[in-house]
Amino acid sequence: MKLPEAEKLCEQLARELKPLIGPQTAMVGLYTGGAWLAERLHKLLAIKTPLGLMDIAFYRDDYAARGLKHDPKRTKIPFDVNGSELLLVDDVLYSGRTVRAAMNELFDYGRPASISLVVLADRGGRQLPICAQYCGARVEVPAGKRLRLTRGDDGKLALVLETEHGA
Amino acid sequence: MERNPQLNANGELQHLLSTEGLPREILTQILDTAESFAGVTEREVKKVPILRGKSVFNLFFEPSTRTRTTFEIAAKRLSADVINLNIAVSSASKGESLLDTVANLSAMQADIFIVRHSASGAPFLIARHVKPHEHVINAGDGRHAHPTQGLLDLFTIRHYKKDFSALTVAIVGDVLHSRVARSLIHGLTTLGAPEVRVIAPQTLLPAGVEAMGVRVFHDMREGLRGADVVVMLRLQNERMRGALLPSAQEFFKNYGLTSEKLSLAKRDAIVMHPGPMNRGVEIDSTVADGPHSVILPQVTFGIAVRMAVMSIVAGN
Repeated sequence: MKLPEAEKLCEQLARELKPLIGPQTAMVGLYTGGAWLAERLHKLLAIKTPLGLMDIAFYRDDYAARGLKHDPKRTKIPFDVNGSELLLVDDVLYSGRTVRAAMNELFDYGRPASISLVVLADRGGRQLPICAQYCGARVEVPAGKRLRLTRGDDGKLALVLETEHGA
Repeated sequence: MERNPQLNANGELQHLLSTEGLPREILTQILDTAESFAGVTEREVKKVPILRGKSVFNLFFEPSTRTRTTFEIAAKRLSADVINLNIAVSSASKGESLLDTVANLSAMQADIFIVRHSASGAPFLIARHVKPHEHVINAGDGRHAHPTQGLLDLFTIRHYKKDFSALTVAIVGDVLHSRVARSLIHGLTTLGAPEVRVIAPQTLLPAGVEAMGVRVFHDMREGLRGADVVVMLRLQNERMRGALLPSAQEFFKNYGLTSEKLSLAKRDAIVMHPGPMNRGVEIDSTVADGPHSVILPQVTFGIAVRMAVMSIVAGN
């Protein structure tokens, strides 16, 4: 199965987002893949406010079932969320639960003027009423597989399919 | 081999009873998670929803202000409900046994018990009898262990010194009665600190302390030489039975930390103290309030560390 090229999708997203960037625009990337993509887009779009990075571990809805399994990264939002026009960036949109958690966490920092969701790939399968305003590509993912963004030693981004744990 | 009573069948942290016997990966997991929680405590809304609906019971069979308060703040910042029980003036004084007290609280749907007790091993006893979904965190048992204090000391050291691999840490004072010292020593040796020193008169050292992997010094000046971290312990008046020391003044002269003695440690050494401090007994005010002191940051870090421990155990 051929996956779209992440590097090309990234450039395409940057072109699409360019006209929207204004003085109130701020960007937040979700660890880990979304943070890589956000770092890239933030630079390509020359956004003035510093980039925010977020780990939603403390806001997940499956803590009761899974606990805190990995070591969460520290969320850093180095700008005032109040009144900002936020671009929330993730690599792959699936159930929508990560985005729900991210929005809850963002509102603990302030009240943004707006939030738009930017994703590299949408694999469908939504369990919540959430959609991406900016999406690189729609990707069909076979059952039991997980679509994930990787970053090579050369900094190049690539989409890969992995076998899901417990599948 | 008998399983470590703190770990579940998958080797995950179920109770925190002691830093002794905890693998390096779990200590590191706690410190890394605490690092993320430190970010939460700096925000406008200092609260995350992770323990919403959980009940944390503070069971203090021995008085404490700081530890109880920081556990309470930590639990509240995790959105848990906190119930404080001052057992010293309640059921225990009416003759109820420890396990009966816990069984009664368990019937009130507890999720986490924070236990402080004057008897070493009391939290272990409770952990053996609680239900599988209940978790026990030791907040200090007798002379034995005070693992969250040990962990917050480790967090503080890592915060200022970045890693443990080249550190000389000097622990000074009443090691004999100090559960803080014991918990810190086990953590430091597990995380690979190459030189851990204890500095104290013979009468305030436990027998066989060398077996814990420390170097013993009776001369404070000699022991402080080249130290990166100086940890002062409180002279535990309330635990002193019999005459282990001639007087507090005599102790200060030999083992009190002054600027002059601190100058023998590295120029960028940090000074720590678990509190409460006895100024003029184990530490001079100029040092306690001086540029090397990280005593107040320790208290702040303690909240993030306790948030990490509670959120890790409650999820396992």
